[in-house]
Amino acid sequence: MRRGGLVVLVLPSVLYLVVMFVYPFGYGVFLSLHPAKGASGASLANYFGFFGDPWQLRTIAVTASIAVPNTIVTVLLALAVAYAMRRGIWAERAITTLLVLPIALGTVLVAEGINGFYGPKGWLNQLLQLAGVADLPRLTHNYTGVMIALFVQHFPFCFLMLLGYISGIDPALESSARVLGARPWVVFRRVMWPLIAPGAAIAFALVFVMNFGVFPSAVLVGQPAGATRTIAIAAYQQAFEHYDMSMASAIAVVMGLCQLLGLAVVVALRGRLAATGVATVGAGKR
Amino acid sequence: MRGRVWRLVVFVFIVGFTLNLVGIVSHVAVSSLARRWFATPLPGAFTTEWYAYAWHEFQLPQVLTVTATVAASVTALALLLGFPAAYVLARRGFRAKNAVLLLYFLPLLIPQMTYGIPLATSLYRYRIGGTVAGVILANLVPMLPLAIFVLLPFVEQISESLEWAARVHGAGRWQVFRRVVLPLALPGLLTAGLLVLVNTVANFELTFLLSGAGSQTLVVALYYAVFAAGMRPIYSVDAMAVIYMGIVLLILVAALRFVRPTQMVFRLGGK
Repeated sequence: MRRGGLVVLVLPSVLYLVVMFVYPFGYGVFLSLHPAKGASGASLANYFGFFGDPWQLRTIAVTASIAVPNTIVTVLLALAVAYAMRRGIWAERAITTLLVLPIALGTVLVAEGINGFYGPKGWLNQLLQLAGVADLPRLTHNYTGVMIALFVQHFPFCFLMLLGYISGIDPALESSARVLGARPWVVFRRVMWPLIAPGAAIAFALVFVMNFGVFPSAVLVGQPAGATRTIAIAAYQQAFEHYDMSMASAIAVVMGLCQLLGLAVVVALRGRLAATGVATVGAGKR
Repeated sequence: MRGRVWRLVVFVFIVGFTLNLVGIVSHVAVSSLARRWFATPLPGAFTTEWYAYAWHEFQLPQVLTVTATVAASVTALALLLGFPAAYVLARRGFRAKNAVLLLYFLPLLIPQMTYGIPLATSLYRYRIGGTVAGVILANLVPMLPLAIFVLLPFVEQISESLEWAARVHGAGRWQVFRRVVLPLALPGLLTAGLLVLVNTVANFELTFLLSGAGSQTLVVALYYAVFAAGMRPIYSVDAMAVIYMGIVLLILVAALRFVRPTQMVFRLGGK
């Protein structure tokens, strides 16, 4: 009894999350099945409404067209840079501190900065003009703007995560492979990649899920009425512009399911990636 | 040879990305000090009057009071509820432990827009939505797990034999907590507190969904100012952005004295 008694101390936090996280989730699902107007009792009218309306359905395609390429580019680049920096580099602490900035400052400030820096009269376009580029690219308030904003946000996040993961791998494994005559590419492919793959899969899943929920960047540097009207914007508009909480909950559920689908794909792929590995023993996580 | 080209490419990329970051941040700062600025490398004349303008026009005294109230309350509550939980998780195994860990992990994993809309719906239903209390309660949902996961390794480091020794010498439970556990856990509490603080000040989505006219934090007020760009001079919006940036940087610098930058992504890098 005395040993069990302490466990009571987790109850306040568990209770809080049940009331403020689990319950609203359940309530949201319930609400989505009970449309504001029309039939009483449970019905899928909201979901049929969403999937039947091209203007709403399109948001899934729009969000995916932002989230999928952005996630792939972010993870690949972060992986390459983190792999190159796995033994540490010059001024590592300064660089990592700088990279934390966009994470700490948050999406809204980064969006405002991008509107200035990448804007039509911003420093980048002035530089391009100076370099003699005649046809200045339009980089903000469109699809490109959102891609830049998400990359600036999520590259550091993904990079720092992978850096922690990769630098935790036992260097002895790599040196033994080198001693036995493996070239750098072979070392990566046959020794390091199988060890990195689980971490890369986690990073991919997290970045994808965050990208799919994009809201402030899509509004502030995007074109929220058209090219970058993402599913989060659609849900927000239903809730706070049309005050249809039932439909908004349905869209939130659809958004959650899409994110879950992304996770499932990553888990399935991860199983196949790991199967090709050779060096599966050794120090994995830090 | 190929290895060297590869390293150079990576180096150039890092420099490029860093320059882009510096450009983004300093463009805002320069713009906030410009009298007029249009299509020149630097503004012709500088002024600080946009700060005074922003201070009044965006009702910053009120917004900053709300921000401070929300940040302080969320931090205090997260530590208060989180520390006992972290202590138990570090010390005891129990049957539902994995389920509890999953419950703590989900609010960090699921994007705020996904669970924020049902959460906002329920809180507005009980008339808590739109108030400062609603903003605090909603922000606590991801911040409480964050505090717990940051505290966990710190509590694990405190040797249990110290507690036993104190008990043997006649200390009661409260005394053990007050005189042994709490002082040893202080660095952890400080780290967790600072990380929760900086994340709460910068947290947008949940605050945005839950705040009404009188309960906007600085980052939400900034969002509305950027959103309504053209209503007020962009220089004043950037002045507000710089004020926000200054506050976040101040907390960040304090936090980085205790944590390595890589630990900042802990919240999703996970377990």
